[in-house]
Amino acid sequence: MLKRMTRLVSGAQQLDPGRFWHGEPQAPQSLAAHLDNQVPDESPRATSCTSEADPARHGEQHEGRHYRIPLQDLGTVFPHGLPPRFGMQVRTFNEACLMVRKPALELLRYLKNTNFAHPAVRYVLYGETGTGKTLSLCHVIHFCAKQDWLILHIPDAHLWVKNCRGLLQSAYNKQRFDQPVEASSWLKNFKTANERFLSQIKVQEKYVWNKRESTEKGRPLGEVVEQGLTRVKNATDAVGVVLKELKSQSGSGAFRLLVAVDGVNALWGRTTLKREDKSPMAPEELALVRGMRKMVSNDWHGGAIVLTLSQTGSLFKPRKAYLPQELLGKEGFDALDPFIPILVSNYSPEEFESCIQYYLENSWLQHEKAQTEEGKKELLFLSNANPGQLERLCAYL
Amino acid sequence: MAASRVSCAAAASYRLFLGGRVSLARRQGVWKAAAAELQTGAVFQILRLRHTTGVTTKKNVAALRRETYTVDFIKKQIEEFNIGKRHLANMMGEDPETFTQEDIDRAIAYLFPSGLFEKQARPIMKHPEQIFPKQRAIQWGEDGRPFHFLFYTGKQSYYSLMHEAYGKLLEAEKHQNQLQAKGLFSEKTKDLIGSRWLIKEELEEMLVEKLSDQDYAQFIRLLERLLTLHGGVEEEFVQRFRRSVTIQSKKQLIEPVQYDEQGMAFSTSEGKRKSAKAEVVVYEHGSGKIKVNGIDYLLYFPVTQDREQLMFPFCFLDRLGEHDVTCTVSGGGRSSQAGAIRLAVARALCSFVTKEEVEWMRQAGLLTPDPRVRERKKPGQEGARRKFTWKKR
Repeated sequence: MLKRMTRLVSGAQQLDPGRFWHGEPQAPQSLAAHLDNQVPDESPRATSCTSEADPARHGEQHEGRHYRIPLQDLGTVFPHGLPPRFGMQVRTFNEACLMVRKPALELLRYLKNTNFAHPAVRYVLYGETGTGKTLSLCHVIHFCAKQDWLILHIPDAHLWVKNCRGLLQSAYNKQRFDQPVEASSWLKNFKTANERFLSQIKVQEKYVWNKRESTEKGRPLGEVVEQGLTRVKNATDAVGVVLKELKSQSGSGAFRLLVAVDGVNALWGRTTLKREDKSPMAPEELALVRGMRKMVSNDWHGGAIVLTLSQTGSLFKPRKAYLPQELLGKEGFDALDPFIPILVSNYSPEEFESCIQYYLENSWLQHEKAQTEEGKKELLFLSNANPGQLERLCAYL
Repeated sequence: MAASRVSCAAAASYRLFLGGRVSLARRQGVWKAAAAELQTGAVFQILRLRHTTGVTTKKNVAALRRETYTVDFIKKQIEEFNIGKRHLANMMGEDPETFTQEDIDRAIAYLFPSGLFEKQARPIMKHPEQIFPKQRAIQWGEDGRPFHFLFYTGKQSYYSLMHEAYGKLLEAEKHQNQLQAKGLFSEKTKDLIGSRWLIKEELEEMLVEKLSDQDYAQFIRLLERLLTLHGGVEEEFVQRFRRSVTIQSKKQLIEPVQYDEQGMAFSTSEGKRKSAKAEVVVYEHGSGKIKVNGIDYLLYFPVTQDREQLMFPFCFLDRLGEHDVTCTVSGGGRSSQAGAIRLAVARALCSFVTKEEVEWMRQAGLLTPDPRVRERKKPGQEGARRKFTWKKR
């Protein structure tokens, strides 16, 4: 290593805070020179970023490039949907850039060619941990939001089957249990994401909440959501109502429905929740889970269902499991069968290069060796082109 | 025949026992011995040997008695040794005429297998000259007058050696002045690589006298000054005081490259760390994929530190994406498994790499197995080092 150290010292380069000349060893230049060098501004970014901001127009030529999501869109489309580490990156860089990758492009192609008269097709994104399933899902959701679909997004289904504090016995059905906290937070995010639809869609039945409150037939769906938010005890029932209404009305053609669930294997696994007598609870006994299972079945039309499997938050599943059969179990696999599996794998060499370029442009990699070929090879070896690992590595580089 | 063999065995065992005891005493004691090779000519009578042990406790007062080895006794020991050697050769079925010391060592290790860790505590059968400490001959005659003119300095052999060396130095200077006067002065540098000066203990053993550090330093300085002058005569004199140094790296074992059915070159090797054992197959041409026990290394080693350990040999040799590796590892924990694989990979890479790079790897520590193992827990302590909580009362 000593020999390599001397090579390191002699090849050290200064990293200029400006992102225009990240590859050339130059001293900081004067302002005139700054302006002169404005012209090749786009060329370093062209390798890793693309200016195409509409997911509908993404194609193979954009593969491997990052595209920017406007920050105001983030608030409306993804009130709760981004993974926490990606959220931190967004806050750090002050921009949200997603990479366009093959699985997402494939999904977009399928979605563009959906026949809304047929029953909803289920697409399952699966792959090893850290390969980018959740972010591919986010890409698809952004596309659908731009296309004016109604997004029904559950950011992480595992949160519904573990660590729930307030479990109530359901008023609607004595065998089931309510989760007021989770249901109300989800309703809030649902409302932010789909404001405009809540006034358009009308309820088709009368729902009686308690002695004093009820929702009449023909009232907008927004009222149901409000009811769930104000009366937290009824939040789970409100969620159930919303799901039922959306499912029955999606076939009418007034809107297109996208059901996006991350970590769908939670719906058929085990829970860590216990009843009062300390006996374990099965997921069937949770009202939210039951509603979601109905939503994910393909007996409705007028939309699509995109699901992601996730081992990271899963309960009682081995670390190396990633195939649908392993993570869903027999019950879940039979319930979801037939579905279209889409494998999300590690970065290809071009995608890896693009990711490194993106980090370099944002001045995220401050080590001198990060720009050299050796440094990139080291990063490639250490992360094995796994996006999650690479992000964790670069966080401290 | 049987009787003689028994007696020989008894004699052999006596020597063995004595050898062990005396070698133990030698380490502890201060001894004086004859500087026979330095005193030329005269043969001296040995009267008494002064032999002291370092043990000064009251219990071992008996051990302070000095042991005497007369010349006759040593001669008898040598005869017995030779006879024993012939009997041993006979026992082992070898030719007594060509039975060397190495054969003796092997035979003794075979006949008396010992599980002791200390090599010097095991049974040995060596020539009495190596077992009995060298005796200093009596340095004065019947009239009480010492033989050597430097006897009253106290360190006669040392001072006589210094005297001799200084005499040679003066001669060499005179010779060099003559050459310079004649104009035949030529620069000649001597190659001293691969040898080192005697250390103080070795010099003491040679002179059969105790020396101080300053004496030793003075002597070495004199010899070095002698070396700077010219004159071929002093070479042998100086070479007596140099020992060769073997270069460690030449002992590195390089695995041969093997070829499998498709003609791909690969090399196998093993590595160990703590209690983890790894066996590794490194293919010469590949894309940098590594499989451990059939699982991708990213899944097998989720911790970055372990993957960095795997990366180190490749990174050092600048061959990061060029080799494919398949390995099996068992035992130990995650860190020791990573260390074992790293050692095995470095050894396997030796076969694809030049000799200089092998030497660099050795200096970087990639080819040295880590000797650290878990220290045992001792009784009376909570762990290997941790003591129980000390309570004042």
